[in-house]
This record gives sequence, structure tokens and C-alpha cells, in this order.
Amino acid sequence: MENALFSYALRLGDDSLVLGQRLSEWCGHAPAVEVDLSLANIGLDLIGQAQLFLGYAGEVEGKGRSDDRLAFHRDVMAWTNCLMVEQPNGDFARTMARQFLFSTWQKALFDGLAASKDARLAEIAAKAVKEVTYHAELAGDWVIRLGDGTEESRRRMIDGLDWHWRFVEELFQADAVVETLVAEGVAVDPAGLRPGFDARVAAVLAEAGLPEMQLPRGVVGGRKGHHSEHLGHILAVMQHIPRTYPDAVW
Amino acid sequence: MNDARAIMAVLASVPDPEIPAVSLVDLGIIRDVLADAQPPRVLITPTYTGCPATAVIQLSVREALDAAGMRDVTVETCLSPPWTTAWITPEGREKLRAYGIDPPPDDVRMNGEPATCPRCNSRSTHEISRFGSTPCKALWQCNDCLEPFDRFKCH
Repeated sequence: MENALFSYALRLGDDSLVLGQRLSEWCGHAPAVEVDLSLANIGLDLIGQAQLFLGYAGEVEGKGRSDDRLAFHRDVMAWTNCLMVEQPNGDFARTMARQFLFSTWQKALFDGLAASKDARLAEIAAKAVKEVTYHAELAGDWVIRLGDGTEESRRRMIDGLDWHWRFVEELFQADAVVETLVAEGVAVDPAGLRPGFDARVAAVLAEAGLPEMQLPRGVVGGRKGHHSEHLGHILAVMQHIPRTYPDAVW
Repeated sequence: MNDARAIMAVLASVPDPEIPAVSLVDLGIIRDVLADAQPPRVLITPTYTGCPATAVIQLSVREALDAAGMRDVTVETCLSPPWTTAWITPEGREKLRAYGIDPPPDDVRMNGEPATCPRCNSRSTHEISRFGSTPCKALWQCNDCLEPFDRFKCH
């Protein structure tokens, strides 16, 4: 498999960047200052991860593409993020439902990746997992707070989780890129993350008094560049300045 | 000719851009000074991956070295081992407290334990927001003197 390492670093970066950009949409709009700060800070951490992963992807590719080049000058079909992160924020409960599922998965992934035979991936993951642990805890707390809150907050959290169940399966899918790198001890076998993820989700849902997770047939395709319509819109917002003024500097 | 101590002295004069009460050395983000390397190298590690201060820190270190006539010293970022608040020096912790920021607890499991009010030393405090004015801090309030204050999170 050619360029598997490039593809892997790229998708890790794409996941982080798209979700970081999504969370930034909350800036100044969150229901309370506390939440505004939390979402902005999580977004910032994710964008920091993206810089590191995309920077590495560019180096591995060896065609002179920098992290910025990969972030701002790639068309939608060339993005390989998972579908969950590109979904619109919806209401606060839906945003937090997504954050809980994503960060719980990402924490397990980075815990494993910190032991990767690829030194760069390992050091990025070891650095980032400390932050992601915080994201997962914070989002888990909100799932409990809303799920175990008022009738309305509970209904909204259930709706938020229901919206995202269909995107869970993709997180655990292995394609040729992952299989190649798992064999080399570079990537994490996603199947191995599943029991821990399921247990953590079940525990939080139970504490929140919410129904158990009911996964419908998964919607997949993000890793191959087959995205929902939402990604094109978010990229348009994110990329239009650097594309309109390609050589602009601060 | 640079020696490690002279380089460190320059770095110790560079304040953190967001918490100017402490220097980069106090904060423990200067990982190594390789004075004998050709060219000599300074290794800096970021606090948080997305910390916007990282770029400013690189720039201030560059400017401070240039101003001290150490134009040949290169500044590099290293990620591993990842920064931890355990690397904040005892002097740095005291400076944080004097500046009105409760220094980080020793263990990450203690982030939820009561902070100590930097104004009146009360341990009767509560967390207002898990994220504060920067990624590295949480917002707390003292139940006794009512002062809201930043607490450095253990990381």
C-alpha cells in the first residue's frame, strides 16, 4: 500500500481540523460564558492537533505541501475525515453528544497511538491525549447533566445522540490504509478500541438515565472522500480567504 | 561564543506572553539548551498543542536571543516528552501565587479538589468553569472572600 502513512496522518488531521472548525462556530453563541470558553478551548486543542498531523502528513508526502496548504487548498473530495465531525452543530445537546462520542473514541485511539512504532505519531498522540482526556470528561459530564436534567434537556440529549449513532460505526472501520499500518505497528487496530468505547458510553448513559445505545446501520464513506453535503459548506467558510488571496500574509 | 548559562539567562528574561509574571524558564517549557551544538540550539516545548501563545513565544525567544547578540542560536520545537505542570519551577509556582493564580495541584486527579484562594488562602473554594482565560487554567471562586481567580490546571 503506497503512501499509507501519509493517508493515515492526513485523516487524523482532517478529523481534528473539521471538528475544531465546527466548534469555533459556537464562539460568542454558546448558552453561557462557561460553555463558550469550553467549546472554544476544545476547538483550539483540536486545531493544534491538526497542525501537527497535517504538518507531518505533508513531510511524509514529500511534495512540499505544508499544514496550511493541506488545510486551505484541498477540495472536498480530497478530505478524509469521518462523517461525524462534519455534521452541523445542531443545538447544544447535539454538539455535546457528538463531542462525547468523538472524544471518547479519540482518547482511546491516542492512548494506543502513543505506543506507535512511528515516533512522530507517537509523540503527537502522547501530547494530545492529555487534552483529549479533558474533552472526553467534560463532554461526558454534559451528557449526564442534560440527560439527568429537565424533561427538555433530556429530550434534546436523546435527539442529539440519536442523530450521531449512525456515524459511530465508521470510527471503528479498518480500510487498507489502517490494515497496512496496523501490521507495521504504526496504526492502532480500531476493533481493539471498541470494547472500551462501548463500556464507557454505556456507563455514562446509565448515569445520565438515558436509554442504551442503539446503533442503526452505519453511514460510512468519509475516509474515501465521500462526504455529506455539509463538508463543502464548512470548507467554503474555512478556505475562502486563503483561496481568494493565496499569497496574503499577516 | 555562547555558553549554556548565558543562553539560559537570556531565556529567563523572556516572560510568558499570557502570564507575564512568569518567565519561560519558570514555566518549564525550555527543554534543553545545546550550547555546544553547531549551530547552538534551544529546544522549546508547547504547553498545549493549540496554545496560541506558542507562536508568540517562538518569536519572543528569537528576538531576545538576537538582542543579546546570539543570532546563531536556533530555536526549535520538541513535542516529546510532553510538557507537564510538574515542570513549573518552585519559583514559578510562587510567582503564580503572588500574581493571583493558584498553582497547579501535583496530580491530575486533584484538578477537582478545592483550590487555594491566592488572596486569602482559604481552601473553601468552588470551580466556576473548567476552562478559563487560557487553555491551561480553570476559573474558580473563593467562598470566603468571594474573589474569583484562575487556577493552573494540573496537566
